[in-house]
Amino acid sequence: MNKEAAVYRRKKIVKYLLIHLAIIAFVVVCVYPLLRILSVSMRPGDKLISTDLSLIPAGAAFDAYVRLLKETLFLRWLWNSLLITVATSFIGVSLASTAAYAFSRFRFAGKKGGLILLLSTQMIPAGMLILPLFLMIMKLGLMNTYLGMIIAYSVSSLPFSIWILKGYYDTIPRSLEEAALVDGTSQVGAFWRIILPLSTPALSIAFLFNFTTAWNEYLVARVVLFSSKQYTWTLGLFELQGQYITQWGMFAAGSMLVTIPVLIVFLYSSKWLISGLTLGSVKG
Amino acid sequence: MACVQFKNIVKKFKENLVLDGINLEIKDHEFVVIVGPSGCGKTTLLRMLAGLEEVTDGEIRIDNLLVNELHPSKRQIAMVFQDYALYPHMTVAENMSFSLRLKKVGRAEISARVKEAAQTLQLEKFLLRMPRQLSGGQRQRVAIGRAIVRKPKVFLFDEPLSNLDAKLREGMRVEIAKLYQRLNSTIIYVTHDQVEAMTLAGRIVVMNRGVIQQVGSPIEVYRKPENLFVAGFIGSPTMNFIAGRLSMSGGKAVFKGGDISINVPGFVLGGAEAIDGREVVLGIRPDDVLVGARSAEHCSEKLQATLEVCELLGHRENLYLQAGQTRLVATVEAFFNQSPGSAVPFCFNYANMHFFDKLTEKRIG
Repeated sequence: MNKEAAVYRRKKIVKYLLIHLAIIAFVVVCVYPLLRILSVSMRPGDKLISTDLSLIPAGAAFDAYVRLLKETLFLRWLWNSLLITVATSFIGVSLASTAAYAFSRFRFAGKKGGLILLLSTQMIPAGMLILPLFLMIMKLGLMNTYLGMIIAYSVSSLPFSIWILKGYYDTIPRSLEEAALVDGTSQVGAFWRIILPLSTPALSIAFLFNFTTAWNEYLVARVVLFSSKQYTWTLGLFELQGQYITQWGMFAAGSMLVTIPVLIVFLYSSKWLISGLTLGSVKG
Repeated sequence: MACVQFKNIVKKFKENLVLDGINLEIKDHEFVVIVGPSGCGKTTLLRMLAGLEEVTDGEIRIDNLLVNELHPSKRQIAMVFQDYALYPHMTVAENMSFSLRLKKVGRAEISARVKEAAQTLQLEKFLLRMPRQLSGGQRQRVAIGRAIVRKPKVFLFDEPLSNLDAKLREGMRVEIAKLYQRLNSTIIYVTHDQVEAMTLAGRIVVMNRGVIQQVGSPIEVYRKPENLFVAGFIGSPTMNFIAGRLSMSGGKAVFKGGDISINVPGFVLGGAEAIDGREVVLGIRPDDVLVGARSAEHCSEKLQATLEVCELLGHRENLYLQAGQTRLVATVEAFFNQSPGSAVPFCFNYANMHFFDKLTEKRIG
């Protein structure tokens, strides 16, 4: 019996070791490119193309960061991106949360068809949407404006957000809203006071999705924006790439800086991503 | 408090007729239990009264006020849901005070009302806890507390105990009975559990397939079921049914069904007409199938059966008997000291025999 227990324990340890090795390998694969960019951003100007593998290069300095902030419109691009992204995320989540509620709770003609239609838009490659999007934004007179970008981004991530939120609303028992109705709220009140507070995990996911999609987007921005002052950071960084010379140091420094807002948003929203918030509300 | 009237209530879900012409009047301070099998329409009726389902046709009145189109919150009702429906992101106190806060009632009054309800339901210790930190019974008490603080005209209970285990259910049943004595409110209580119906109700409404089958006091429904459905639904173990025919012999009614033939005293049929040759179903509760010492005391004409199975319930025992082609259940005092296969003489308690027309399934006499 003791021998069997020892074998079992050994097997368990080996299993844990293997799992942890796999996780560590995965983390290295994910983090290494980021560390290389950090390394490149800190290299002196004459050592940008180097085969040196050290993460903190000899003579490391923040010159590239200083130059990026002083010599380019990087802060302006960052501000543009932030403005467009935050507005997109809030508008996208607001629209999706109410639309998803209707899809989840009400019976109406075209409900099933509408949901399938929304899903099918996600199957069209983004590149194919560029031309119609360009024509629409041009006809609305919103070329080279924040509003044009916000509309384009909000609309494109709406279907996914609706599906995520609808799926989540479906898991919230209807009896909670019914209890709220009997207690004295309107349908909108029940949505606002009961459903939305309970949906923070799904709302956070939708917000993050909207945020990262808009933050990293390049193609639509390339088509809609044409003045350097209106550029988002994705277009701005691309400006650093010349025909003959690319400012790799500044490019890497910019790449590092743009991760900071995303990091902050992820860290902040992680506390809302608590599952099981509805635990205890109904018999489960 | 208030009275409630349902007048010719019809409810359809698309083409599916769920309630078919419900007429019911519930008096002020009355505790009415609506009982019936799953899908009989009892919960739909309650939800329509609460304003959570639309009325296809008919009128619902609370205190003579037509409420068909009134928002649930304007009907002055409070509802306790089967699955508690507590707001999970609010504490017990916040759950209980939610409706009062919506009405912008003063803080002092909210606090007083919540405290009073918590005291009644022994929830004082749990006021700051979240619903997930409570047991099933405590959650249901919070749900009841949420209803009490509103001081509604009518309390609606939708199978409030069906999610609790047997022991807790028993305890909560007593709590609800005590609560009714204290509040003396109008209560409409929906359940599929006939024990809850029998123990709590002032009046029972038995429903089946969207139609009211009988309305009466628990003892009326038990002792004088109006049709075969009510007879079979109320009472546990279920009433024994024997299909047969009545005939007249020498001025006396005789029932013959399978191998069972008995003389039927005149008072049982209550002067019903056209008895001779009528196809009927005899109903007799297991308590009224007399065997052993009771049969020796009461029976003038004895029948014979074979004991198939004994089911000991503690202080009572169910005996499964086979009398020719007819299978019967008799409930006797424990312990019935006979082994399966043995012959058991039995008879029926005439006073509690029921006859139903085979075709219409309605009570005769």
